[in-house]
Parts: sequence; C-alpha cells; structure tokens
Amino acid sequence: MAEIRIENLNKSFGDFVAVRDSSFTIRDGEFFVMLGPSGCGKTTTLRMIAGLELPTSGRILLDEEDVTFRRGSERDIAFVFQLFALYPHMNVRRNTSFPLRVQRLPRSEIKARTEEVAKMLRIDHLLDKSVGGLSSGDRQRVALGRAIVRRAKAFLMDEPLGALDAEFRELMCEELRLLHNRVGATTVYVTHDQIEAMSMADRICVMNGGEVLQIAPPVEIYERPATRFVAGFIGSPAMNFLEAEGGLAAGAETIRVRGRSVAMPRLHEALDHREAVLGVRPEHIRIVSDGVLRGRVFGVEYMGTRQLVTVDTEAGRLKVRAPNTVRVDYGETVGLEFDSQRVVLFHPATDRAVRSELAAGQAYG
Amino acid sequence: MAEVSLQNVSKRFGDTEAVRELSLTAADGEFIVLLGPTGAGKTTTLRLIAGLERPDHGRVTIGGADMTRTAPAERDVCFVFQQYSLYPHYSVFDNLAFPLRAPGRRFTKTEIDARVREVAALLRIESKLGNRATQLSGGEMQRVAIGRALVRSPSVYLMDEPLSSLDAKLREDLRIELKRIQRELGATVVYVTHDQLEAMTMADRIGVMARGKLVQLGTPRDIYERPESIYVARRLGSPQINLIESDALALTDRPSRAVTTGVRPEDIVLNPTSGIPAEVLAVEHLGVETVLLLGAGSDRLHALLGVREPLRVGDRTRITVRDGAALYFDAAGNRIGDADRMQRREVANGA
Repeated sequence: MAEIRIENLNKSFGDFVAVRDSSFTIRDGEFFVMLGPSGCGKTTTLRMIAGLELPTSGRILLDEEDVTFRRGSERDIAFVFQLFALYPHMNVRRNTSFPLRVQRLPRSEIKARTEEVAKMLRIDHLLDKSVGGLSSGDRQRVALGRAIVRRAKAFLMDEPLGALDAEFRELMCEELRLLHNRVGATTVYVTHDQIEAMSMADRICVMNGGEVLQIAPPVEIYERPATRFVAGFIGSPAMNFLEAEGGLAAGAETIRVRGRSVAMPRLHEALDHREAVLGVRPEHIRIVSDGVLRGRVFGVEYMGTRQLVTVDTEAGRLKVRAPNTVRVDYGETVGLEFDSQRVVLFHPATDRAVRSELAAGQAYG
Repeated sequence: MAEVSLQNVSKRFGDTEAVRELSLTAADGEFIVLLGPTGAGKTTTLRLIAGLERPDHGRVTIGGADMTRTAPAERDVCFVFQQYSLYPHYSVFDNLAFPLRAPGRRFTKTEIDARVREVAALLRIESKLGNRATQLSGGEMQRVAIGRALVRSPSVYLMDEPLSSLDAKLREDLRIELKRIQRELGATVVYVTHDQLEAMTMADRIGVMARGKLVQLGTPRDIYERPESIYVARRLGSPQINLIESDALALTDRPSRAVTTGVRPEDIVLNPTSGIPAEVLAVEHLGVETVLLLGAGSDRLHALLGVREPLRVGDRTRITVRDGAALYFDAAGNRIGDADRMQRREVANGA
C-alpha cells in the first residue's frame, strides 16, 4: 500500500516559482501521470516526491508518514530514469538483477526475485542469453524488469520513453500499462506527451506555470477540460477556439458567434465578461450544406479512414475531423454544424471553463 | 518547375549499399514524400538529386536534361535541411534576401523587396523581418529557413525532414502551410520523412523505402489500403496493422496460400452475438477514439473504436472483421491481390 499525499507544496529557485501551492493525493496502486509543457513544474514535483529536491514549504506524506525531509534512500521509492540503456556486457539475468546486487541482497533472494520478475515479463527462458541478440521487444522487457525488480512502494518515472521513436513508444506504452495492471504498484509518471498520458493514466494531472490546473481520468480531461489551457493541450489536432459574445446569464442555452446564434449546453453560472471563448473539438464539427458558420476549405489532409479538413471562416480557421466519405475540395465553400452538447465555453480573462450542463459531472480547479 | 527523374540509380558507401537500382519520377508540380526508417536510403536519394552525392550507376534528369555529372549549383534545385542554418548576424529580411543577392542573379532592389515580403507573408513572419535571426524562436527560425528556399523559384525543392525539430502544434500548422504553398506555386517537391502523418497528409504520392530500395510508390490511399507487402502495411496506420499468422479470425475469404492475415485496428468490429471470443487486455481512451488490446486465443489484436466504449480490462466480448477488410500476405510477405475485396471494403466503409 502506498498512497502519496502532497500538501500545499511550494518550490522556488530564487525568484522563479517552480511549483505553486500544489495539493493532491495519489492513490494506492494508481497510474498517475503528470502532464505539461517544459517548465510547468512537473519534474520538480516528481523530484520532491523522490527526495531529490527539498520543498520551500509544504508537506509530502507517504502512507500517512511525513517524509518531506527524509533522504531519497529512506523513502522506499524507485526512481526510473532511462529505461533503455542495458549493460551490453551483462546477460539478461545480470541486467535484470543489477539493482538488487547494488543493494547487496543475499544471493538466493536475488535469484528468486529475478526469476519471479522474468516469469511475469515472459523472459524467463532468456535469462542466460546475452542482451545483444535479443529482439527489440525482449530488450524492452529486460529494461522494464530491471526497473521493477526492486519492490518499492512507488515507482517514479521521468519521461522514460522520451528518446524513442513514435512506433516504439506506442508499443512501450502498452507494455508499461500491461505491467502495471499485473503489478499494481503506485506509479507517478512525468511526460509532456499528451498521447502517452491519455493512453496510460488512471488519472492525469495537468500542470502549467507551476500550478495544477486539473486532475481527472483521461476521458474526463478530454471531454470536460477545466481551463482553456487544458483543452488546448490535450487532443490532436487541438480544440478550435472561437471568439464569441459574452454577457450571458445562468441558464443561457445559446451564444452569438459573429452575429449567429449557436446552441450550447445550458450554463450553470453567468458569464459577466463582454466576450467569451467557445471551444469545439475537430470531431464535433460536421460539414453540411448550410450550417451555423460558412467558410472556405483551406486544406484537406488524408489520414486513413479519416480526413482533416481546415476551413477558413469569419470566426477564424477551424479544423474539422470528418470521415473519408465526405468529399470536399480546396477552395470549396462549405457549411459547418457543431455538436451543440459537446462545446465548452471559457472565460476570456481567467481561462476557466464556465460551468454548464456539460461539466455537471465534475468541477476541479 | 520541372519533372525530376532517377533512373536505375545506385550508390554505395564502402560496404553499404545506400541506394539500390532506384527509379523514380516526380512529375512537374508533384509532391513526392519518401518514407522509411533511419538507414532506408531516403536522404541519400535526396542528396543524389541535389548533386551532393554522385551515383555509382544510373542517371538523374531534371526537366528532361541529364544532370548526373552536373555540379549542385548548376542544377537549379533548392535544399531545405533538417537543421536550420541561418546567418545569425543577419536580419530575417537579409537572410531571406540572401539567395536573391547571390552573384549571377540579377534582381533589382524593388524585386528583392517584393519577393521577400511575399514569402514572409506566406510564412507569417512579416512582423519579424527586422529581427536578427538569433532573436527568433525555433519555429520561426525554421520558417525563415524554409522561406529562404521559397524566395527562389528553382526547378525542384528538396526537403529533408524540415519539420522534425519543431513541436507538435507548429508541425501541424506548417504541414498544411507547406502543402498550400506548394500547390499555389505548382512546385515540384521531393520530401523526406520518417513521420507517417506528414507523408499521408502532404504527399501526392508516397515512395516507401527499405534498405536502399523503393518498395512501393503510390497515393497515400493506395499505400494505406493496398500495401504490396507486410513491410509497407506496417509503415502507415496508428496503432499499427494487426498481423496474425493463425486463422483464429475464421475468415472465409482467406486464400489457401495466405500465411499472414493483416487487419487494420479500425476494421475490427465488436459483435457480441456472432464472431470469435476475445478478452479485453487493455483499454486506452485517446479522447476521440478508444484503443482496445484484445486477446483472441494466442493472438493479440488492437481494435480502434468510437469514443464511448464501456468495456473494461478483463471483460469478454466477440469480434468480427469488417467485410472485405482483411489483407492477406504469402510466405514471402507479399500481398495476395483481390480486386473484388477492395470493392466490398468501399461499400462497407460507405455504409
């Protein structure tokens, strides 16, 4: 059992505030991904959990025990840096058991635990082979085995797949998640790649400028982003943002975009500001003959069974994800219709999502 | 602009055959993307067209003229490299104007000014013309580098992974900008990448390369839907195509000499009433879609499904393959053709 609790955590480097008043709890057995652009404070937070960095203020609790000022080595946490650097002169067994040998455990225990991990990863038949002759998939498993052979309370990983090409990364994400399903150890994983986060996390914690913006399961983050930043950071191609007219009362169900009335989920709070930002995901726009907005097709990109159509409208350039069966051509004028119950309204000054029927399920931050 | 053609070109570096008997013609105004992993020979091919390498065998022609022995400067090509190389002490304007001021090109000051401003507008860097190159962000620098190629109107543009050093959002924007500029200029482009999305979205035709050879050349749709081999099938599509060696999927149209069956993840359909039993091993919610990893017998399969998929790890379901969607490969990994199959797939997708 390993629950990690962060309470009012702050970290400054001189004038620079790296982490600002963070509070959250990572549940026992959870795969928790910290996501954000470089400089958002995700790695600093991870390093404080690991004990590699001391907070300026705040507390870190590991299973209810205050470990804020404990050394890293006294925290029973495994920090996984690079997953892929295997020692070429050692065989699979010696590579896998390396962390245990460093800890100087008894031989019989090293043997038993190495074999247990190897069996779990289905590399037990390879234990006495050299790593040089292995397939890339098996090499990955050896690297993973080495990472988990130490039975720590929690695993902390800092962009472990960063150096891999896309194809390999996809495979590795899946292996990591399958392994987590079997081992069930609390894992805190830092990345700037939203696809890695979406594909592996039980919950994602989105950070920007040292602040936690939202913590929720992937689907929740995707469908009900707490802020405009979160909405824009998650999803590829990114969510479209349209300038709209503000001054809306609670209960409003339509909003004006370039003078046209667009339906949206009923608002649960008022938006006092003069302007508003309407967020619409590319897959929530349909190409029709008339529609609420009209525009000229600027680009058509083939993507297998789908296509990405870029349309220049008077409300700006919009990306539309459409099935391949919709025939459109460059320069053509098309109409656009929104999936009105899926659009998100943002406050233009605070960036916060305005609470509505859509967000009825969850509100954070 | 002009047609570019390679005829039976080979190039060796010591023991390595970097390019082997490669023939390829980019039509006037065509956007050709060479796709393949590192070491496939893509960049060498580009350098052979540019004249930066000389072939051991074969011919290179540009606009019908034999250029095999012609020096790079006289080939009228423009090369955009992966790493932008700007003159740091020059302003953006001077960097862009540089190729027009080269000796031998007689452009007046007004002509240069007009051309630079036009290209800067195209790439949305007008407001940065007065800045020094070192005061730009990475994305802006790469746009200037591309702009420096565009101020000239060469016979052909050669681009070697020009977007790979940029972040995802900028790459998305520039992809579509580059394609638009190419279309507007009617430019002939040979573009090298290992990014399948760039290849699919920008190319008129994709040339898939493997170990120095061009293994298939076709429209993105051709390459995606009618790959000639397992190797090509694996180059496009995310998640990758499922490749199954057993006949666990119980497909009735499987030819007897088929050794491997390929099914794209979007062609796996959940069908609780009929179909073969499968267990959910992993669920990835990617927002717009859900990827399931399924175990069917001893095989593992990816299925790409709609957003709201209520299945959880450990659940049991049944799966079928969309009618006509399976691809069959023989023992050598080559696809066994079937004209009728493609038609059925079209119908199934349209429905």
